[in-house]
Amino acid sequence: MDLSFVAIQALNGLASASSLFITACGLTLVFGVTRIVNFAHGSLYMVGAFTAATLVPWMLELWFGPVSFWLGIVISALIVGLLGVVIEVLLLRRIYGAPELFQLLATFGIVLVLQDLVVQIFGPQDILGPRAPGLRAPVEILGRRFPSYELVLIAAGPAVLAAVWFVLRKTRFGTLIRAATQDREMVAALGVNQALLFTGTLFLGAFLAGLGGALQIPRVAANTGMDLSIIAECFVVTVVGGMGSVPGAFLAALIIGQLQAFGILIFPKSTLVVVFLLMAVVLAIRPYGFFGRPEILGGTHAVGIASRKPMARGTLLATIGIVLLACLPLIGDPYLLKVATEILVFALFAFSLQLLIGVGGLVSFGHAAFFGLGAYGSALTVKWLGAPMEAAFPAGLLLAALGAALIGAFVVRLSGIYLAMMTLAAAQILYAIAFQWVEVTGGDNGIVGVWPSNWVAGRSAYYLLTLALTVITVLFLKKIIESPFGYALRAARDSEPRAEAIGIAVRQQRWLAFILAGAGAGIAGSLYAFSRGSVDPSLLGIPTSVDALTMLLLGGIQTIAGPLAGSAVLHILRDQIMPLTSLWRLFLGLSIIGMVLVFPRGLVGTIRQWGEDRA
Amino acid sequence: MSLLAVERLNKAFGGVVAAHDVSFAVERGEMLALIGPNGAGKSTVFNMIGGQLPPDRGAVLLEDKAITLASPQERFRQGIGRTFQIAQAFHSMTVCENVQMALISHHRESRAIWTEARQHHRRDALDLLSQVGMAEAADRSCSVLAYGDVKRVELAIALAGEPKLLLMDEPTAGMAFRERAALMDLTHSIARTRRIGILFTEHDMDVVFGHASRILVLLRGEIIAAGSPAEIRENAQVRQAYLGNAPALTGAP
Repeated sequence: MDLSFVAIQALNGLASASSLFITACGLTLVFGVTRIVNFAHGSLYMVGAFTAATLVPWMLELWFGPVSFWLGIVISALIVGLLGVVIEVLLLRRIYGAPELFQLLATFGIVLVLQDLVVQIFGPQDILGPRAPGLRAPVEILGRRFPSYELVLIAAGPAVLAAVWFVLRKTRFGTLIRAATQDREMVAALGVNQALLFTGTLFLGAFLAGLGGALQIPRVAANTGMDLSIIAECFVVTVVGGMGSVPGAFLAALIIGQLQAFGILIFPKSTLVVVFLLMAVVLAIRPYGFFGRPEILGGTHAVGIASRKPMARGTLLATIGIVLLACLPLIGDPYLLKVATEILVFALFAFSLQLLIGVGGLVSFGHAAFFGLGAYGSALTVKWLGAPMEAAFPAGLLLAALGAALIGAFVVRLSGIYLAMMTLAAAQILYAIAFQWVEVTGGDNGIVGVWPSNWVAGRSAYYLLTLALTVITVLFLKKIIESPFGYALRAARDSEPRAEAIGIAVRQQRWLAFILAGAGAGIAGSLYAFSRGSVDPSLLGIPTSVDALTMLLLGGIQTIAGPLAGSAVLHILRDQIMPLTSLWRLFLGLSIIGMVLVFPRGLVGTIRQWGEDRA
Repeated sequence: MSLLAVERLNKAFGGVVAAHDVSFAVERGEMLALIGPNGAGKSTVFNMIGGQLPPDRGAVLLEDKAITLASPQERFRQGIGRTFQIAQAFHSMTVCENVQMALISHHRESRAIWTEARQHHRRDALDLLSQVGMAEAADRSCSVLAYGDVKRVELAIALAGEPKLLLMDEPTAGMAFRERAALMDLTHSIARTRRIGILFTEHDMDVVFGHASRILVLLRGEIIAAGSPAEIRENAQVRQAYLGNAPALTGAP
């Protein structure tokens, strides 16, 4: 490895650090003021890239020259800034006081909506933008050629930092942003027009996201997958830097840029892993990142499960329900059985998450990690050991529980939004491993040929197996919720200082909860793998985690039966909508947003509330 | 041997000294009040004894055993119970379950998964609740209680660990006048009968002078006076530094 190579790698690292910082800076500013982690920030970045990739060529045709190019970039960013304003006025404004779980889900709803809108407006294909006029020839550095556009990017990061610094320090708007980041209530008490401040902040944040995306067009083609990949990286940058801190984001982006540039030499396939490991290490040492402060937390906690009198005839009703479900194969419709199997699997998946969120108050945003580990654990055992299903199930469960033990050990030190980000990051690491370790996991194609043993090979038999395992696991988890262990978990959720003062080892309790929830999700994952005959990385992806959250929220996180109802409703909705339209993401996104706004207690929770109001 | 001995505790935040060489002792069965104007360092001292804050220097000994760096959980096991300035209870549980939870933890059963929490120690919990006058509300949700009642529940929770020492941070803050005296009378009788040492901070001077066996006065992180209510009332330094030139306080009847 010679000096020139190191220099070029370092420059590459600086260029990606700049791009990352410009985008992440917007995210951290918005969080600082609104306390909302905007999942849709990556989507704004994507819209910026698509807009610029469409607008800039058009402007270059009108008048060819650097001015058209850069003007096009800035106009694209401004358009995205306005989109940010629309999002603030229509949605964010209504959820500033909502629990952080709902905020994250609502902004994920925007992600889904924008995914479909981008395809509708710009088409499904990737768009590579034009190269910048005047910057087409590479420059020579230590005898190696280096794209001159990258040099401009390297300068752009510090330039944006300087500009943001100027805005924050020298303008009234900036003073208000800093004041709100420190103490939002005080700023409100001083009679500052909050609405204007928040809208302005969203404009600035979205503008930066759009700028970050627009600047990419000569380097990467605008594509529909860039929203989730950039948002994961932005989360890492803001969390490592400390949420709300602009200098922190800059420092974190610099480190991550270099880690990516040189990490590629050590782990050629797993730059993502290196980045997320950095996050894990930093958060283990500094739970609030480089410059974050403990006071900065997201919205309030969502209200979870509470003590209530056992429902009259509850056991009887549950038994009748199970018997009815067991009779389903008598109808003999294979499609119905397939759907029913999936509903049960996802109900179990969501139910295992209920232990963490509803009981423990631990907003895990990466529950797909354990679902995927269960599925991959089973599939890998089948593929590499030639094991039968009976051995693959325990292997999946074990892998999921081990993964949960490992991830949980890092995560239980954190709280609130940091915990959500860390679990999300952990799931993304696993996603990256499944995606990039092609020799073992099959990469994008995954593993096929994961079929159940002969005795449950039929649809009916497999459905009954799924039903049995789901019922057993759900009953077990329900027992745990009612047990001293579950109560202690809930105690720590209700009041951590009180729980500690009566001698409950809060972290250990939560760690054990992660293992139990992970194992539960692992069983669901294994069942899912054998029902489809294959696994692929999407099982570990963010959308899978969000599915579980949506079901939980749909059913209501304060109920035990909620996840079961949520899974059924979501599945049936999807089954009904997906064949009718190509815009199902749009509908799903709008449904999630509507649900957060209209039914914050979920379906079961709302129905029960009606019952209690009448009683 | 004192129940609790605090030896030369020091704590600074940046350049601000919140506690400087704070030393005192709490005996069994006494109610020791820690008072001082806002910012005197009461909460700092309190949290160093409760385990929420590690001291820079100094030692905390419970029955001659050093617990200076022990976690709140370990302190609970050693026999320290506490209540908080803003009452902390488990709002998703019933009143009885709150106390049951504390008993479950006291008996080291919080890892049990095969039994129902509701069945654990209900009789003992009801017993404790009747001691604080809350037995009738046992099956109500803690979230619907009046604030004063939550404070009583909190006291029952703290007593569930059979503490030798009870730390009460502003036990009557946020309570109505009449409730204050009742809660302190209750606390006082519990301290006497169970031989529990009680250390409390308080802003209400009627409560302090009416119920404390001894009073410590903290000013800018240092103890400037210690003694019986009568002694403190007469102490010129205290009146000058803490009470300013206000007329002498009248003790509670």
